[in-house]
Amino acid sequence: MQALLEIKNLKTRFHTDEGVVKAVNGVSYALQPGEILGVVGESGCGKSVHALSVMRLIPTPPGEIAEGEIIFEGRDLLTLSKDGMRQIRGRDIAMVFQDPMTSLNPVYTVGFQIIEALTLHLGLDHNQARKRAAELLSMVGIPQAEKRLDDYPHQFSGGMRQRAMIAMALSCAPKLLIADEPTTALDVTIQAQIVDLVKSLQKEFGMAVMWITHDLGVVAELAQMINVMYAGYIVERGNVREIYYQTRHPYTIGLLGSLPRLDEAPGARLYSIPGLPPDLITLPDGCPFAARCPYKVEQCTTDMPPLQPADSPNHLVACWRWKDILEERAQ
Amino acid sequence: MSHNDRVLVEVRNLKKYFPIQRGIILQRQVGSVKAVDDVSFNIIKGETLGLVGETGCGKTTVGRTILRLYEPTSGSIIFDGVDLASLEDKELRRMRRRMQMIFQDPYASLNPRMTVGSIIASPLEVHHFASGKKKRERVQELLQMVGLNPEFVNRYPHEFSGGQRQRIGIARALALNPDLIICDEPISSLDVSIQAQIVNLLEELQEQLGLTYLFIAHDLSMVRHISDRMAVMYLGKIVELADRDEIYLQPLHPYTQALMSAVPLPDPDASKRRERIILEGDIPSPANPPPGCNFHTRCRYAEEICISEDPEFREIKAGHFVACHFAERFQIQ
Repeated sequence: MQALLEIKNLKTRFHTDEGVVKAVNGVSYALQPGEILGVVGESGCGKSVHALSVMRLIPTPPGEIAEGEIIFEGRDLLTLSKDGMRQIRGRDIAMVFQDPMTSLNPVYTVGFQIIEALTLHLGLDHNQARKRAAELLSMVGIPQAEKRLDDYPHQFSGGMRQRAMIAMALSCAPKLLIADEPTTALDVTIQAQIVDLVKSLQKEFGMAVMWITHDLGVVAELAQMINVMYAGYIVERGNVREIYYQTRHPYTIGLLGSLPRLDEAPGARLYSIPGLPPDLITLPDGCPFAARCPYKVEQCTTDMPPLQPADSPNHLVACWRWKDILEERAQ
Repeated sequence: MSHNDRVLVEVRNLKKYFPIQRGIILQRQVGSVKAVDDVSFNIIKGETLGLVGETGCGKTTVGRTILRLYEPTSGSIIFDGVDLASLEDKELRRMRRRMQMIFQDPYASLNPRMTVGSIIASPLEVHHFASGKKKRERVQELLQMVGLNPEFVNRYPHEFSGGQRQRIGIARALALNPDLIICDEPISSLDVSIQAQIVNLLEELQEQLGLTYLFIAHDLSMVRHISDRMAVMYLGKIVELADRDEIYLQPLHPYTQALMSAVPLPDPDASKRRERIILEGDIPSPANPPPGCNFHTRCRYAEEICISEDPEFREIKAGHFVACHFAERFQIQ
């Protein structure tokens, strides 16, 4: 099966007054059609920048995709013209952003903004597009959709705006939906509604989803594959069970350990990863996590470990010592 | 509730309504936002009481009204036996030493033009707690207590990360040796790995100093971790209050049940096994809450009585309070 999206050695940089910010440092992986991929990491790990690179939405300058290929259905997106990219953006690859308050234009009605995409990409006339827009809004669970088309974004609640954004993203039945922290600004009960919605729509349309988040809880139930990112690198990649039950990278182990568990003993302390993520301008030689890693040895501070298979061919880990750590933790 | 010596804060029938006004010169009140609508609970000495709820449920207003940063519309707040509403400004200020607050946003709650040293020293100065050398020593001691290098006193807030800033906020709150600290979403703007650092710090400080916390947050699993008891708020009212395990294992209010089932679990198998209760629709406006039980518009068990009668907040078994007409029914399940 041909991969829907294949990213090869992607490097994205930002040139600032303080120096070059190395936001993405050689990310490679493939996304299959219909797959739900979770991209997990903390702020500044490069998860959003790598997604924006796929959409070619990196502001240049100061940003720059320095190296790599992004192959979508056999074509390298980085070689496309602006117009060529515009054909793909919104139609084949759609994106939902974190903040539903700022990603809708406040001076146009919600309906206008959905209809615009439909007429532009699918060539529908106004009446057809309006009918389709109402269908989309009611599909994402907005009551009285026909009437609400004429509302402005401020007349929608936060959850409804995010639904409207999803409706807009789905309007052209994209093959890939990139959702960048789509539920972070929302309450848990609304988040549950959105997660369920995306799951059912993914089943219906068979699209692939890239779900970017800092929350290991949300992707546990949603994703099939997970990339864990740190300082612009993928440090661990595997299917959801491998990541949660056969965790190999010390950073992933630390992240999971720092979450409260339902079955914890009373008075138990959380595991906390000491220190801070490294500065992306002055990245250390070697493994970027070494400074915070309880298992580090000499080699970790000099050589960056490659992302290579751990227990199974599809479970990848970038750590020199994952085997030793496994033994140490078993004792 | 008779063990008065164990109770640090007693909140009785607290209401806080914000007026909705129309007109520019001739302002008149056309309605009110019922941010907190008849809330009663105790905070026991040395415990952590978690207060959870979604955006706009009134949890932050409860915290601020306890400190009398907002004047309550009605109801009483009794702090260590003294009714705060009865105090004059001067006495109130003296009482405020004993209660402090940690804010949500570590970027907005520290003055960018003040050094860390003067930020932490300002409560000491305002309350004439210490001056001169004693003050400087106290600041250094506080920095050390929250895990920051005492040599950082002359740095400015922008030189610190979010987690470090939150530590500065904690040091400021500790400066006057308070009894009660109201933590208003202290970790929600921090990264996951930093959240655990701050929660551990708060727990260590509580053990060392015998602090009492009111921990306000929307992240249920973290609140459960840090709290001894938990209260759940919805649309200005507390709908359920119980021991932290009790409320997790046997939530009796339908809203609590839905909230618990919506918490994302970092465990793929467990999240597949459990039953998800998806609430329909959005939270109604607190300016115009529904009649009767204010949750009935989204409740899957709602019946006639829920629309006409507001359920009483009652103790259904020792230490477990709930405001639902049918709480007994859920208990049997």
